[in-house]
Amino acid sequence: MIEKMFESGAVAEALEILKNEFPLALWETFYVTVAATAFAVLLGLPLGVLLVAGEKDGVLPIPKPILHILNVIINLLRSVPFLILMIMVFPLTRLIVGTAVGTTASIVPLVIASFPFVARLVESSLREIDPNIIEAAQSMGATPMQIVLKVMLPESVPSLLSNITIAITTVLGYSAMSGIIGGGGLGKIAVNYGYYRYKYLVMLLAVILLILLVQLYQTVGTRLAAKTDKRLKHKK
Amino acid sequence: MIELRNLTKNYTTDAGEVNALRNISLTVGDGEIFGIIGMSGAGKSTLVRCINMLERPTEGQVLIDGKDLGALSPAQLRAERRNITMIFQSFNLLMQRNCLKNVCFPLELSGMKKKDAAAKATELLRTVGLADKAKAYPAQLSGGQQQRVAIARALATEPKVLLCDEATSALDPQTTHSILSLIRDINRKTGITVIIITHQINVIEEICSRVAVLDNGSVAETGEVREVFSNPRSEAARRLVYPASFAPEYTETDGGGSA
Repeated sequence: MIEKMFESGAVAEALEILKNEFPLALWETFYVTVAATAFAVLLGLPLGVLLVAGEKDGVLPIPKPILHILNVIINLLRSVPFLILMIMVFPLTRLIVGTAVGTTASIVPLVIASFPFVARLVESSLREIDPNIIEAAQSMGATPMQIVLKVMLPESVPSLLSNITIAITTVLGYSAMSGIIGGGGLGKIAVNYGYYRYKYLVMLLAVILLILLVQLYQTVGTRLAAKTDKRLKHKK
Repeated sequence: MIELRNLTKNYTTDAGEVNALRNISLTVGDGEIFGIIGMSGAGKSTLVRCINMLERPTEGQVLIDGKDLGALSPAQLRAERRNITMIFQSFNLLMQRNCLKNVCFPLELSGMKKKDAAAKATELLRTVGLADKAKAYPAQLSGGQQQRVAIARALATEPKVLLCDEATSALDPQTTHSILSLIRDINRKTGITVIIITHQINVIEEICSRVAVLDNGSVAETGEVREVFSNPRSEAARRLVYPASFAPEYTETDGGGSA
């Protein structure tokens, strides 16, 4: 397999594919992961806030059965393997996008799979906040909404950014699987050329680009988190 | 005037019922600096949190100028809390906001315009001697400086009462002294009523006029500071004034009894 991979014909062919198909695939992967993560945060952030603020001792307690149901739904969605979830949400995808196949359509299952994960990440970020700071805000007459918007969320921005970085790299991993339902991107190239047509070099190139993309997301995420964190003693 | 009438606070924990406060009645006059002293676990923190209803007393009333805080609606209580502000042992500043924005925070909560809030906060930072730290973040400040910012923040809404919950317990003696003189200055200038919760007898001696000794959830003794400390009548007060004669002897076998 290794020898075959680097035969002159294979290398020339792989370079040709790299030139013709990779730019679009890279863009598609980028677009799908960023869009899916953005929507997942849109759904997962309020849900994560509710999980923490809605507790019995939270700032905005909600009825226990409702909190329990939310937790069950999150756990349920997180238990379904992505490959199966993708197929299960076909009807929903058709309803939202109009079709169940294609690059844009693959965003729907990605969001469904990742927003419960994001909710859990947000939950863990918010739990890191010193409860004394929340108590101080209460002692100043802050409303529950003010505590969420002016204390809990702003105080956990660095942690939220770190966790969203984890989410986007996970979404990237899932998105490679969506090649199966016609989702475009690097995953599709890897599967189509590597698995179906034995062009391992193309697969290898796709994997290298995926690795680079993960590095990019992680570097940007880590830098943003560090830059926004005012608890670190910045030198002036 | 602050009146605590028959305050009782019970908790239910895994270990059973805990009587944190038992039938506490105290009166603190306007403009007074009143101390509440007690050992760890005497119920001091619970008591101070009942005064602004961060904790609801199981029984009894808290009256501020005759207004029963327990009878207020949540919105009325939040408004009243701008009149009874608090500083803490761990300062509890917002770590992602600079000092100026920290002082602006309670003003923002009350809906004051950003520009007006910033002007007022700048003035308050000058009062506490930190005008040059407006743009600094809490993590860049020392403990004493952080407590000064917390004091400025507590004063922003022009409260009638300042509650100090072990506010100097994390500070060294010199910083403690400077924070206490700041509180006394503010008390003299504005006539604010101050309630100081502490386990440090020297804090009470330095700035309080009257003191209540809290022991095991009850008031053991109350009176003028000089009177109580020079002639302690209760055992709890004697334990505070003469700790050495009450401390359990250290023996190697039991590892001593003091916490």
